[in-house]
Amino acid sequence: MRIVVSIKQVPETTEVKIDPAKNSVDTEGLTRIINPYDTYALEEAVRIKEASGATVAVISVGPEKVDESLREALAMGADEGFHLSDPAFEGSDPLATAYILARGIEKLGPYDLVICGRQAMDGASGQVGPSLAEELGLPCVTFVRKIEELKEGYIRVQRMTDDGYEVVEGPLPMVITVVKEINEPRLASLKGLMKAKRVTIPVWNASDLGLDPARYGPAGSPTSVARLSPPPPRTGGEMIEGTPEEQVRILVRKLRDAKVL
Amino acid sequence: MDFQLTGEQRMLQRMARDFALKEVQPHVAEWEEKKAIPREVFARMGEMGFFALPFPEEVGGLGAGYLAYALAVEEISRVSASLGISYAAHVSIGTMPIYLFGSRVQKERWLGPCLRGEVLAAFGLTEPGAGSDAGGTETTASLVDGEWVLNGTKCFITNASLAGVVVATAVTEPGKGSRGISSFVVPADAPGFSVGQRYSKLGLRASDTAELVFADCRLPEDALLGERGAGFRQFLTALDGGRISIAALSVGIAQACLDASLEYAKTRVQFGQAISKFQAIQFKLADMAMETELARLMTLKAAWLKDNHLPFGREAAMAKLFASETCVRAALQAVQIHGGYGYMDEYPVERYLRDAKLMEIGEGTSEIQRLVIARNLGC
Ligand SMILES: Cc1cc2nc3c(=O)[nH]c(=O)nc-3n(C[C@H](O)[C@H](O)[C@H](O)COP(=O)(O)OP(=O)(O)OC[C@H]3O[C@@H](n4cnc5c(N)ncnc54)[C@H](O)[C@@H]3O)c2cc1C
Ligand SMILES: Cc1cc2nc3c(=O)[nH]c(=O)nc-3n(C[C@H](O)[C@H](O)[C@H](O)COP(=O)(O)OP(=O)(O)OC[C@H]3O[C@@H](n4cnc5c(N)ncnc54)[C@H](O)[C@@H]3O)c2cc1C
Repeated sequence: MRIVVSIKQVPETTEVKIDPAKNSVDTEGLTRIINPYDTYALEEAVRIKEASGATVAVISVGPEKVDESLREALAMGADEGFHLSDPAFEGSDPLATAYILARGIEKLGPYDLVICGRQAMDGASGQVGPSLAEELGLPCVTFVRKIEELKEGYIRVQRMTDDGYEVVEGPLPMVITVVKEINEPRLASLKGLMKAKRVTIPVWNASDLGLDPARYGPAGSPTSVARLSPPPPRTGGEMIEGTPEEQVRILVRKLRDAKVL
Repeated sequence: MDFQLTGEQRMLQRMARDFALKEVQPHVAEWEEKKAIPREVFARMGEMGFFALPFPEEVGGLGAGYLAYALAVEEISRVSASLGISYAAHVSIGTMPIYLFGSRVQKERWLGPCLRGEVLAAFGLTEPGAGSDAGGTETTASLVDGEWVLNGTKCFITNASLAGVVVATAVTEPGKGSRGISSFVVPADAPGFSVGQRYSKLGLRASDTAELVFADCRLPEDALLGERGAGFRQFLTALDGGRISIAALSVGIAQACLDASLEYAKTRVQFGQAISKFQAIQFKLADMAMETELARLMTLKAAWLKDNHLPFGREAAMAKLFASETCVRAALQAVQIHGGYGYMDEYPVERYLRDAKLMEIGEGTSEIQRLVIARNLGC
C-alpha cells in the first residue's frame, strides 16, 4: 500500500502581519512549519505504515523553502518526498493548487490513499482536499476522525459531524481529509532529520508536470482574495468587581439579561 | 563571516525546543520535587538522537556538529537545567573522552549504547582534596597481576548513580605530578566500585550528583583510556569541550529568566500600569536580553571553532565564564522583577536562581576560567 500525504508549509505564529499590497500574509522572517493539521495526516499515514507496512510519500506545492518541511516530514517517518515548485505557481488559489497537486500525484505513480489536513492554518479554505479528489476523479471523505478499517481496495472511516460522527465506507484509491481528533502526532526526531538529509527530493515544475498554463497562477485561479484584514482588536470586556458571591450574582443577572440563561 | 544558522541547525534547534516543551516542561516540577529524572527520559532522548548529535556517523553519531549540540543543550536547559546538566555531562565529559581517546574495543563496547541512551556516562575527576586543582588527584591505580586496582573517592559526580560507565582519573605514577595521572573506563558493575549517597543540593535538584568509591576496584589491563600518564592532558581536552556545553546550559537558563521576566513584567500592574512601562524594569530587561545574546554568540563561536578544527580553548573559557555570570545576573534580576512572587516556588525564577549558581562553579570555577584566559594571554 502506498499513501500520499499532501502537506502545506505555513508560517508559525498567530501574530501574522498582512501585506496589503499583495492581499496576502507577509511571511518574511517567520519560521515556516508544516501546517499543523497536516501533521495529523502524516501521523496517520506513518501509523498505517508501522502497523501494516505501507510506504508513505509526502508532496507539497510551494517555493524552495518547502524542501525543509518535506524533510521534516521524512524525519517523522515518511519514506519519499516530492516537491512541486515553479515561480509561475505563485498566486494560485485553492483550485489551482489542487490542479497542480493532482498532476504531481499522478506523476509519482500508483497509490492507494491520499490524506490531507482538514484545512490550512493560514489559507484555511479547506478546499484543497476535496478539489484534489475532483481533479483526480476520486471519491472524497472530509473530516475523518478515525480510520476503522483499511485493506486492499477498501476503507471505512468515521467522519466527524457537528453532533457526532458518520461511518462511511468506500473503495480505494480515495482522498480523505483528517481532523485533529484522529491522533496525537509524534515529534520529528533529530535522528530522522539527519537521515532525511540524504534523501533526494525531486522538484517538478510546470513543464515537468505538463501543466496547462491556463490552470495555475493568477490566470488559472477563478477566485482571488479581494481584501484581507486582521481581526478587530479585542475590546476591553467588562470586569465584574466584588466578593465572589457578589460577582456570581451580577454575572448571573447579566447572563439572564442577555438571554444566555 | 556568516552569523546565520544553517537550515539544518535551525530545524534541529526547533525540534529540540518542541521536545523540551512537549515532553520535558510538563514534568519539571515533579522531577525537581522528587529530586530525580526518570530513566525513560534519557532513553527517549537517545531514541530522538540528542546524544548522537556531535559524534560522526562512523561511530553511530549524527554528524550534526558541536554547534548543533550546543543549540540542543540550550533548548533543553531553558526548560530544565537539571536535565541540561545530565545531558551535557553524559555527552561532553562522559562519552566524549571514550570517543576521543578510547581503543577500538572500548569504542565498540560503549559508544553505541551511550549514543543511543541505553547507557549513561559520568566523568569522575573531582575529589575531596582535588577540586580546582584537579592535578592533585589522590585516587591511585596500580597494576597487580595484570589487573588495575583502583583506590580512592570521587565527589560531586554528575550522573553517578545513573551511569553504566564512568571515566575516572587516578595516579598511576606517584611522584610524577600531572604526568603521573591516567584515565580509566570503569563499568558500573566493576568489582570494588560503588556509588555513595546522593547529595542534597541548592539547585539542579533533579540532576543526579553522588560520590564514587573505589575500594580495591579491579579492572582489566585494557581498561586504561589511551596512554598511561595521559590522563591530565585528556581531561583538559574534555573540559574544553565541556565548557561549551556549560556555556550553552547557562544561555538556556538566562533565556528562561528573560522569557519569564518579560511575560511577568507585561502583565503585572502596579501604580496603574504594567511594570514593563517603568524604565527601571525596562533597563533590567534590556540588559538581560543583551547579555544573553552576547553569551549565546560567544558560545556558538567557540562551538564553531571546534567544529572547524581550530583552537577553541580560550573562547570556550570566555564563553563559559561570561555565560555563567550572565545567567546568575539574569536570575537575580528575574527574581527582582517578580518581586515577592519571585521568591515563592510557585514561580520558576527562584529555581532559575538556584540552578544558575552552579554554572559559576562546575567544570572550572569563574576564578579558574579567568586563570585559563590569562594563561592564554601569555601571563
Ligand atoms: C481565494 C484565495 C486566493 C488566493 N490567492 C493567493 C495569491 O494570490 N497568492 C498567494 O500566495 N496565495 C494565495 N492564496 C493562498 C494559497 O494559494 C492557498 O493557501 C492554497 O491554495 C491552499 O489553500 P488553503 O490554504 O485554503 O488550504 P486548505 O484547502 O485549507 O488546505 C487543506 C489541505 O490541503 C492540503 N494543501 C493545501 N495547500 C497545499 C499545498 N500548497 N501543497 C500541498 N498540500 C496542500 C493540505 O493537506 C491541507 O491541510 C489564495 C487563497 C485563497 C483562498
Ligand atoms: C552539582 C555539581 C556537579 C558536578 N559534577 C561534576 C562531575 O560530573 N565531574 C567532576 O569531576 N566534578 C564535578 N563537580 C565538581 C566541580 O567541578 C568542582 O566543585 C569545581 O571544580 C570546584 O572544585 P571544589 O569544589 O573543590 O572547589 P575549590 O577548588 O576548593 O575552590 C574553592 C574556591 O577557591 C577558588 N580557587 C581555587 N583555586 C584557586 C586559584 N588557583 N586561584 C583563585 N581561586 C581559586 C575557587 O575558584 C573557589 O572559589 C560538580 C560539582 C557540583 C557542585
